[in-house]
Amino acid sequence: MKKTLTAIALAIGLATPAMADLMIPNLSYRTGPYAANGVPYADGFTDYFTLLNERDGGIGGEKVVVTECETAYNTEKGVECYEATKGQGALVYNPLSTGITYQLIPKVTADNIPLYTPGYGRTSAANGKVFANVFNYPANYWDGASIIIKDILNRNGGDISGKKIALVYHNSAYGKEPIRTLEELAKKHGFELTLLPVDHPGQEQKSQWLQIRRERPDYVIMYGWGVMNAVAIQEAVNIRYPMDQFYGIWWSGSENDVLPAGEGANGYRMISFHGTGSDYPVYQDLKKYVYDAGKAAGDGSNPGNVLYSRGMYAAMVIAEAIRTAQELAGHSNVTPAEVRDGFEALNLTEERLAELGLPGFSQPIQASCEDHGGPGTAMIFQWDAAAKKWNPASDWLASDSEIIDPLIAEDSAAFAAENGIAERCN
Amino acid sequence: MPEQMLFATEAALNGLMAGVMYSLVALGFVLIFKASGIFNYAQGVMALFAALTLVGIQTGQIPFSHLINAIFGTDLHHFGWELPAIVAIVLTGLVMILLAVLIERIVLKHLINQEPIILFMATIGLAYFLEGFGDLMWGSDIKKLDVGLPQGINETIDRVTYDAFGYGFFIDNLDIVATVVAGLLVLTLSLFSQYTKYGRALRAVADDHQAALSVGISLRFIWILVWSIAGIVALVAGIMWGAKSGVQFSLSLIALKALPVLMLGGFTSIPGAIVGGLIIGMGEKLFEFFVGPMIGGATENWFAYVLALVFLVFRPQGLFGERIIERV
Repeated sequence: MKKTLTAIALAIGLATPAMADLMIPNLSYRTGPYAANGVPYADGFTDYFTLLNERDGGIGGEKVVVTECETAYNTEKGVECYEATKGQGALVYNPLSTGITYQLIPKVTADNIPLYTPGYGRTSAANGKVFANVFNYPANYWDGASIIIKDILNRNGGDISGKKIALVYHNSAYGKEPIRTLEELAKKHGFELTLLPVDHPGQEQKSQWLQIRRERPDYVIMYGWGVMNAVAIQEAVNIRYPMDQFYGIWWSGSENDVLPAGEGANGYRMISFHGTGSDYPVYQDLKKYVYDAGKAAGDGSNPGNVLYSRGMYAAMVIAEAIRTAQELAGHSNVTPAEVRDGFEALNLTEERLAELGLPGFSQPIQASCEDHGGPGTAMIFQWDAAAKKWNPASDWLASDSEIIDPLIAEDSAAFAAENGIAERCN
Repeated sequence: MPEQMLFATEAALNGLMAGVMYSLVALGFVLIFKASGIFNYAQGVMALFAALTLVGIQTGQIPFSHLINAIFGTDLHHFGWELPAIVAIVLTGLVMILLAVLIERIVLKHLINQEPIILFMATIGLAYFLEGFGDLMWGSDIKKLDVGLPQGINETIDRVTYDAFGYGFFIDNLDIVATVVAGLLVLTLSLFSQYTKYGRALRAVADDHQAALSVGISLRFIWILVWSIAGIVALVAGIMWGAKSGVQFSLSLIALKALPVLMLGGFTSIPGAIVGGLIIGMGEKLFEFFVGPMIGGATENWFAYVLALVFLVFRPQGLFGERIIERV
């Protein structure tokens, strides 16, 4: 009995990080209907930290321990994961789910742990005056909508008055995010907006695409996730909708979404706030220290794809925020509160990205007490079905701050009033 | 014909076709419920498992390769073959029959004479097991299913309707194939149950378990038979839905589209599953067409259930279900 208890105690000791380690939970989903998207993201996230451990000995000399907790993209399970891991010294959360993010915002604020939600979550969290613990740089849902419209403007000589644009969206809090922005942009640029919601999971979309076939909008924008994306692209192919007039937000623009439609998906456009492909120098190190060393998180099929790149991007930003926190605190064994300060003081320059082996992978970020939303820039990519790769189809484009900033101020002010939050940074 | 009427007709036709796709899933539920009184919660997952297995066999994927590689540090992925679709379909059918045998041996035989709710709970467990097992066996990445089914607009219908009405109707070739396949499936099942020894035995068990047992029909064999047939039906549904959206784990959620069909058509009627599917499919598409734009759209998921509930008010046993009369 004594031996058994000792063995259990040893096993627990081995399974939990030592107090000096940097503990980063990975609230991932490798099971359930959204697993196909959750797996590459989680692999990219974990592999980057494995690289730092194997090549650099961690961050600032501290090993990183990534603890996976399966959420199955289920909000209740995500909250359970948070509760189960926060006591282990979790430094930051990145749940890859807008639903989970909404539930965690009050919790991380009370526990003073940073929540990093690049390209998802609550858009108005970009306002650091209200959301002290939430960071969503480099771009948010509203930036995405605005940048897509900007690309359409660029392709039409700056005039899209009278054009018809349809939004096909996941009928959830996430999918509804861009509506207000697009309505404001429609007023500004004089285009006609049609809203076409699709219920979860989105396997049947015939009605929506028959309507698109009848009304022939000039452009279609999609805010979808999971199977909804692949079905929508297939339906667009079926009705022969021109693919280069069909745009997906970054959550509707992975290889998973276009590959099932085969050649028909050629020319589909998506927006991303980071690069894709494995041509960046960091992949040489990943190959040497992670993949070839047999330490990769996945089966080796995902490196370089869009969602793997996004997971890696999130890990890279978190690592840089921890590095900043260590510099600010003057010691390497940082606390969650110190990591929050690191996020707020993050200065990710082009030079630093190049040093990290990711030159031109994303745009620089200069965070501040007020600005938790970053530059709001992204790039358009176009799918090449024959080569099975995404090709850049624009330069980095900035969102329309004239429209976005007042919306963020309005929404965050409403949140502050509801929750009795006094503005910071004054 | 007025433009609005043309659009409504097109929506109705597409609804009928979508209804056939729902019926394909509902058929599997009906077969098992009719023969054994079990509501098979795992039917949607069986469709997913069948589709995963089909793609795996066809593309020569090594089962459990992720697990093998993780344990032994190997780099195994594929056998290196690409099988013709028909061979892969037949082999997958055999796998589904083997699955039925295992389900009977490992789960059902221990639950004979148990309450229906116990059997139902067992199928919930089976659904979760099968989903995890499928993931372990074939991986969770999205797979393209290519068995040569045509997809996209039917040119002939488009041209003919354009010439006749000045507006070309959109009908998906895949939906037409699904309709033909569903028709053949119902015909085969009807012939099987009417004219074969095993079909008659199956009907006897469906009518009265005790009476069937008393004349020497093996209940365990019938269960294997009916789960095998439901497995084949799940394979057909998996092929049709997998061709539409790629083979991915949300395929198991197609069961949600079958439930209102079952409520409407009855849990024990094969024609009910077909007619129920057609009514639900057409009803939800027409409702979305006429009412959807007024109330913000995305009505199809909930309207299918509302339609089924309305029918239940008038016929609690469903359109074709058997009326249950119990005397106190």
